[in-house]
Amino acid sequence: MIKDFTNGIVKVNPIFVLALGLCPALAISTSIDNAIGMGASVIFVLLFSNLMISLLRNVIPKEVRIPCFIVIIATFVTIVSLALQAYLPALNESLGIYVPLIVVNCIILGRAEAFASKNPVSRSVLDALGIGLGFTLSLIIISIIRELLGTGGISVFGYGVTLPFSPATFFIMPAGAFLVIGLLLGLFKRVGVIR
Amino acid sequence: MNELLALFIKYALVNNFILTMFLGLCPFFGVSKRLGDALSMGIAVTFVMLSASVITWLIAHFLLIPFNIQYMEIVVFILVIASFVQLIEMFIRKTSVSLYRALGIYLPLITTNCAILGIAEINFREGFSLLGSVASSLGAGVGFILALAIMSGMRERLEISAVPESFEGLPIAFITASLLSLSFIVFRGIGL
Repeated sequence: MIKDFTNGIVKVNPIFVLALGLCPALAISTSIDNAIGMGASVIFVLLFSNLMISLLRNVIPKEVRIPCFIVIIATFVTIVSLALQAYLPALNESLGIYVPLIVVNCIILGRAEAFASKNPVSRSVLDALGIGLGFTLSLIIISIIRELLGTGGISVFGYGVTLPFSPATFFIMPAGAFLVIGLLLGLFKRVGVIR
Repeated sequence: MNELLALFIKYALVNNFILTMFLGLCPFFGVSKRLGDALSMGIAVTFVMLSASVITWLIAHFLLIPFNIQYMEIVVFILVIASFVQLIEMFIRKTSVSLYRALGIYLPLITTNCAILGIAEINFREGFSLLGSVASSLGAGVGFILALAIMSGMRERLEISAVPESFEGLPIAFITASLLSLSFIVFRGIGL
């Protein structure tokens, strides 16, 4: 049981091991706030879609399961999108188009198909939490590097420090995102975290 | 006319879908190993993007807005795109075997490609006209093909070069993409 939770964080880490859900990982990792916001949204959607699909796994006919999964996922993404618009408009503005695009994030459909549609509710919930946390942690690692080097300081929800060096704007540009993830993947391969 | 051209250039070069907006990365890293595959995939994606833009525009302006249910956009758009791609796949399979061989295998992958839902959402949120949506999706498609073609050329060369062991495969592809993305920054100078 507990393995279902811990697997998602290192062993099947969605970004660094499975290389899924890369679009948001590259696009919104310019600041730590964005990374936390995106991570929380994905955890919410993943948790409730896994829960729902696991509950309905014996009711949904096999032939039309993918459209059913997509409708369930899209419903929860709509909830997140409306909630962000209402309560956190600034975060919604900076995440922009990447909020509705959580629907086509391969991690969520992937877990629905590979795990939640085959396993009982308790295990599916733990799996969703593990994978979601793994995704969020990877996002935070990438965004710490990019924000530190690209803006010359780190800030989380308004509290932060500025370091005494002039920032290399390159790292908050798109090219910086590709470079940071490429180097991190190489590093993790070198130390043997991933194969 | 100028406005449409501006939209086309904006989404082909300035806001290149892959290299500056990170939409459609899966096919970018997945099928960019050979030029032929890359071009077929690019054409398939462009075609689906263009048709999906038109369909979602019609649905948004004749269904969602008149009935005041814009908040349903995500559910409606993804369902329409998924069923539309299914339909094309069935149509191509029945009508042309050679076309199915060339493009058909990429179609199932396209449903969950963020570029398609991405262009539909951009058109909707920016409030483009029907012609504007056509121009932006054509631009996005051309930019997609361009990035995929350049990348496949670079990866064909990478296959025969000596890459450090831990950087083989995906890591070096990301670093190559970074350099490619860096060169696209010059297009930001175009004032649109």
